[in-house]
Amino acid sequence: MSASQTEPLAAAPAPAKKAISPWRRLLSAFFESKLAVVGLVGLVLIILAALFAPLLAPQNPYDLTQIDIMDSKLPPGAESYTGMIYVLGTDGQGRDMLSGILYGLRISLIVGVLSGFFALLIGTSMGLSAAYFGGRVETLIMRLVDLQLSFPAILVALILLAILGRGVDKVILALIVVQWAYYARASRGAALVERRKEYIESARSLALSTPRIIFRHLLPNCLPPVIVIGTVQVANAIALEATLSFLGIGLPVTEPSLGLLISNGFNYLLSGRYWISFFPGLALLLTIIAINLVGDQLRDILNPRLQR
Amino acid sequence: MTEAVLKVENLQTHFFTKAGVVKSVDDVSFEVGRGKIMGLVGESGSGKSVSGFSIMGLVDHPGRVVGGRILFHGRDLVGLPDEEMRKIRGRRIAMIFQDPMMTLNPVLRIDTQMIETIQAHEKVDRETARQRSRDALGQVGIPSPDERLMAYPHQFSGGMRQRVVIALALAVNPKLVIADEPTTALDVTIQAQILYQMQKLVAEQHMGLIWVTHDLSVVAGLADELCVMYAGRIVERGPVGRLIDAPIHPYTKGLIGSVPSRNPRGQPLTQIPGMAPTPIDLPAGCPFRPRCARASDICRTTPETAEHLPGRFARCFHPHLEDAA
Amino acid sequence: MSVFILRRLMQSLVLLCVMTIIVFAGVYAIGNPIDILISPDATQAEYDRAVRALGLDLPLWQQYLVFLSKLVQGDLGKSFVFNEPALTLVFSRLPATLELAFAAMLLSIVIGIPLGLWAGLRPDSVAGRSIMAGSIFGFSLPNFWQGLMLIMVFSVFLQWLPAGGRGPTANFLGINSSLFTAEGWQHLLLPALNLALFKMSLVIRLTRAGVRETLLLDYVKFARAKGLSSRRVIFVHVFKNILIPLVTVIGLELGSVIAFAVVTETIFAWPGIGKLIIDSIFVLDRPVIVAYLIVIVLMFITINLIVDILYSVLDPRVRLADMKS
Repeated sequence: MSASQTEPLAAAPAPAKKAISPWRRLLSAFFESKLAVVGLVGLVLIILAALFAPLLAPQNPYDLTQIDIMDSKLPPGAESYTGMIYVLGTDGQGRDMLSGILYGLRISLIVGVLSGFFALLIGTSMGLSAAYFGGRVETLIMRLVDLQLSFPAILVALILLAILGRGVDKVILALIVVQWAYYARASRGAALVERRKEYIESARSLALSTPRIIFRHLLPNCLPPVIVIGTVQVANAIALEATLSFLGIGLPVTEPSLGLLISNGFNYLLSGRYWISFFPGLALLLTIIAINLVGDQLRDILNPRLQR
Repeated sequence: MTEAVLKVENLQTHFFTKAGVVKSVDDVSFEVGRGKIMGLVGESGSGKSVSGFSIMGLVDHPGRVVGGRILFHGRDLVGLPDEEMRKIRGRRIAMIFQDPMMTLNPVLRIDTQMIETIQAHEKVDRETARQRSRDALGQVGIPSPDERLMAYPHQFSGGMRQRVVIALALAVNPKLVIADEPTTALDVTIQAQILYQMQKLVAEQHMGLIWVTHDLSVVAGLADELCVMYAGRIVERGPVGRLIDAPIHPYTKGLIGSVPSRNPRGQPLTQIPGMAPTPIDLPAGCPFRPRCARASDICRTTPETAEHLPGRFARCFHPHLEDAA
Repeated sequence: MSVFILRRLMQSLVLLCVMTIIVFAGVYAIGNPIDILISPDATQAEYDRAVRALGLDLPLWQQYLVFLSKLVQGDLGKSFVFNEPALTLVFSRLPATLELAFAAMLLSIVIGIPLGLWAGLRPDSVAGRSIMAGSIFGFSLPNFWQGLMLIMVFSVFLQWLPAGGRGPTANFLGINSSLFTAEGWQHLLLPALNLALFKMSLVIRLTRAGVRETLLLDYVKFARAKGLSSRRVIFVHVFKNILIPLVTVIGLELGSVIAFAVVTETIFAWPGIGKLIIDSIFVLDRPVIVAYLIVIVLMFITINLIVDILYSVLDPRVRLADMKS
């Protein structure tokens, strides 16, 4: 015990909340921050918008019969001669920006979530194996993790894509390679703490199979840090994919994610046609902020050290 | 009693938290004389540490001293401007913390931490300050103080570190020292050494000492007077020998009954039933009422501090006067 | 101390070897360089001759040794595009990138640390909250888009600063840099800001978190109890402790700043190694890619080494642990 005088305060609210299940408690803790709720609502809206893009978008931006080159580079709010209003303007090919953004959001989210999911799967398995088996396996995995993490994600992705070439699958692969180490490190750290606890010992003495101990006993207890990393990483993956696509080494032009839309607008920026890259960027920014707000709050409520 | 170094009158320190107001210190009064040791005893959360921090003017947000007076040599410290308080802090009133592993800054050398203290209060050059630091270290029994001045805290053992902290606190000759459980984190043998050292220093330098602890057996052989705190209040106050031999407040009696060394062998230790109340929703009236065997209806009102026997104060309607008289 | 540095040097050497293997394997995986080097309608005999001339008929490990020995001599082949030795090319572009990276790092430290301190000391004030909100924003802002917006606002709409390119350089103390000309500064400001914003948010958050954690520690409270001025408590006791993680992170981030310069240099047409690598990837200028990788890896290893040494200098506890091992 330290000489801290806040100690009576920490104990105070505890007894009142004894009966509530941990999930309920976490949930109510999450909703304590207005900012986090705003983030969550925003995120849900963004996901819905991306899911239902074909229904929501005024046009299918990749159906050439629906776009008109005569309508190119129109500012926000302009009207085409057919009477259609381009709320966010049009791009260099005369595509409605709003439609382009909705479709682009879809691609960005899919790439981000897919790569995040596989990275989580691979990374967590590696981390848990490292913690459970120890010894050489652990040394090998952790050396790999250290090596990976000592180089910035963008550099690793850049090199991989330089080697692999362009394509959705290649971008996802690069993003997985870039991300898995974070999950591995976090899950190993949590598992090492858990491993020393008695219930793992007793599970072992019951001669439960190794995978069973890892996945039924270790994994659930390592989830909190993994979840926190997961949210942050999906945001990072989306941003990284956009960056790579912007640089021209990410997704091919046939899969126009937000990054590619922004990149297209770059050419028009200097002539003052800001909207072509501004609005896709705004969509990207809002998505990332929403995820980060949720992630921030998750980290606060799942972190035992910061519980107030 | 000789002139009082410190006189605390009706001190109230409250914490304004989201969950409500916590009255950590509620109407506490006591005094400490020159060359005297006052033991402040209580369980964790009873407000004993907060009392100490209130005197130092170091109550953290969201806490605040909301009432009462803290008279140091007759001067009220409550509401003193920051700069005035800073000059008193460390110079006139020093504080020693519980965990010596945590009180010294790990990245600063001992000499830095000692010299800065001296220089914060006195206009002396570095060399003089260093000399005095060295002397102070020697005074608390640290061998080869010259070398040790150049060391970092982690190069000391726990007991040695606490000696350094004591040397630090005493380097500027304070008039009052508040020691907040200074031996709790130490081994028993080292505890005894530190206790002896403190006693000696108090006697030599004629300062007042407030010894905050949860451990009655530590202060029993050390203090001149005891204050027993429970739920933010002083429930009993009196000279140490008589208070321990014949406590008059039921809580003090329970506390003493639960100390192993004071009970005959083979007899079961008594135990205070129930739990210490959470400071946020204290029972109305006497806070000890729910755990007290003697409680009656009148205990629903708050008992005032009364002198039940000469020099023996307690907040209780049903004091144990039968053995004490 | 020297044992520590020696051991870290050995580790770095091993890491460098591992990286050369990876780079070599990567280059090997990119495809058969023969297909690019000789025309598609060459005869089989010409083809075989070229294979032998390039040593591609040797076993893989021998090829690696050849690669390694050439690497040691600084020979990484000529750029297909510039027809210049690849390593020379990379080194000629390096100063521009380093200039940009240091300017960005400086910006993020000079602005980030004071803001972080403020937010940490006054977490509930309007300013503190705004700083934190700003840092979340800075974190979320995609780097490349933020660069575009800087151009949009400051170059296109306000027309205050140039949208791209590096200004004229001047020589000062043997260093050739655009920092020494006024126009150079104008060109540098936007790219540096673009590169700095993310790191600035990071520095703010780290500083704030460090301050908040450290303020709660006993030794800070003890420093206040000693009567030190709040300036000394904050800038010596708190700051020196948060400096350790800060220096570590800032140092390690220098590498990432150099890597992220790829994006900034592309946007602002800054003639550094980042723009060079992107251009080279587009045209598959393999020698340049390899040269870039080797240089970057070397820089990373050096930076990590320096950070480790700095870390041990700052934290006495690390020094001790090292002496024991």
